[in-house]
Amino acid sequence: MIQTSDLTFSYTTSSQLIEFPDINCDASGKLLILGDSGSGKTTLLHLLSGMLYAKSGTVTIAGKTLGRMTDRQLDQFRGEEIGIVFQQAHFVQSLTVVENLRLPAFLTGNKVDADLDKRIIELLERLGVGHKAHSLPSNLSVGEQQRASIARALVHQPSIVFADEPTSALDDRSTESVISLLEEEVANAGASLIVVTHDSRLKSRYSDRVELKSLDK
Amino acid sequence: MRLLYIARKNLLAKPLQTVLSTILLAFGVGMVSLMMLSEKQIKDQFERNIKDIDLVLGAKGSPLQLILANVYHIDAPTGNIDYQAAKDVVNNPRTHIESGIPLAYGDNYMSYRIVGTEYSYPEHYGAILIEGELWTNTYDVVVGAEVAEKTGLEIGSTFYSSHGLTDTTDVHRDKTFTVVGIFDRTSSVIDNLLLTGIESVWGVHEGHENADKEITAMLLKKRTPMAVLTLPNYLKDTNMQVALPSIEINRLNQQFGLGADALRAIALLIMTLSFASIFISVFENMHARRYELALMRTMGGSPGKLYKLLLLEGGLLSAAGVLIGLLISRLGLFVLASAVENKFKYDLSDMGLLTVEIKLALAATFVGLLAAALPAFKALRMDISKTLSNE
Repeated sequence: MIQTSDLTFSYTTSSQLIEFPDINCDASGKLLILGDSGSGKTTLLHLLSGMLYAKSGTVTIAGKTLGRMTDRQLDQFRGEEIGIVFQQAHFVQSLTVVENLRLPAFLTGNKVDADLDKRIIELLERLGVGHKAHSLPSNLSVGEQQRASIARALVHQPSIVFADEPTSALDDRSTESVISLLEEEVANAGASLIVVTHDSRLKSRYSDRVELKSLDK
Repeated sequence: MRLLYIARKNLLAKPLQTVLSTILLAFGVGMVSLMMLSEKQIKDQFERNIKDIDLVLGAKGSPLQLILANVYHIDAPTGNIDYQAAKDVVNNPRTHIESGIPLAYGDNYMSYRIVGTEYSYPEHYGAILIEGELWTNTYDVVVGAEVAEKTGLEIGSTFYSSHGLTDTTDVHRDKTFTVVGIFDRTSSVIDNLLLTGIESVWGVHEGHENADKEITAMLLKKRTPMAVLTLPNYLKDTNMQVALPSIEINRLNQQFGLGADALRAIALLIMTLSFASIFISVFENMHARRYELALMRTMGGSPGKLYKLLLLEGGLLSAAGVLIGLLISRLGLFVLASAVENKFKYDLSDMGLLTVEIKLALAATFVGLLAAALPAFKALRMDISKTLSNE
């Protein structure tokens, strides 16, 4: 599903070259990328999801090489094939949870219809936040927001889901339930899951792990 | 779901900011448009009433007063002149005058002026009878549309007149006026007058001093431009003068114009402030919403689409401001019209959209869009990765 080879990156403001280990994850496989803060985790995640361009090397998702796409194609591709769960759940604050979940389909020009709404509600209910479907995001607790953002990452049926520190803002109990729900729903959708974290609580759950070395700054 | 829907939701999520920007713009647009409307209305009204009256002959005094009293019927007359002397002025070949319409004042009915004149007066303003006929006997009277509506006079109604132009206490009980006709609306002074033969005005004042064969003014149409030069000289040794309506009204407009310019400057200032407010609110929002915008990019939103969204927000704000502004100006004009109508009997009820106003509306919406476009352009050149990781 996703392969990288010889991926390197450097910020324009520094000459330091960051090298990343190759990553390989099958369709419906799951992979943990572990690293301390400052190890380039987020940079890697942004490279994988096409928000940053690599200095060299390639990222291939579902047979397509990100570096060969135009910005426009990349926006569209992200909207259709990739779901992202951010460290802190962010929403368009003026729209309700349901409306936020319609956004990926709307922004990529896909159909926003009753079927989609049905899927959204089902997804929210399975994640335990069905009762907040028509609330504004600011009326949800942090845990509820994180679960709603899992729903958003999955609603457009992507082929791969990235989770960036999905549990760092949560306590042990919520961590357990949120990560279980995430894995369950990603498996349901038949997508691959890549979790990027420094949270060693998650280590035991993944047999496939890539550890990033700390960068000397 | 539509972009427009999201734009609306975003605006409503910041009600105070949105309302402030809208109100500022609405007042700016409202004031400018109110000025345009009232200026046009007053100018139209003044010009419609001047029509082809080149000169007004009347008693010596203030020329402006002569014009206001006899062309617009809003001031007291300067005095009376001898009817025969006035007719001589019209008929003398040396004065280059083609024709004249005599006007004789004296009385009013419920504050509407009764004017003794000839058929040529209503003809001059294109007044058409919708009921009855023109006066034939002494004390026959034909009423203007506004007078008929406000006083309820009908064909066959009879009334006593009161002495003077507005006073309704001193009633002439001996002579009874009879309504024989009603004019259709002309949007000119005729609407607010009661017309009768000159003899009726003389008749009412029989026994009063100065009652014989006097009139208040003669509206003149010149035969050649020479009239303007020869007449003042011709009248030098009489108690009469001529005044040019166009010159007097120009002078009046210039005096009014100064005040109007100041008002217009204030209105433009308010509009500029509102654009600044839209600019700042979009700019502020943009900073707070950078993360949201980056988020929408990761969900497949192209910069173009998001740009459109931000422009829509600015556009909606300015369109709402412009619309409310145009409503405010109409409301203002309506209030103004009711006040003015009572005082001067002028009708300001034509509320159609002016061409200049359409230009004003388009320009205001455009500048509003521009005020949103600049910060939006800046926001969408952001680096998604940086925005999302610098949380």
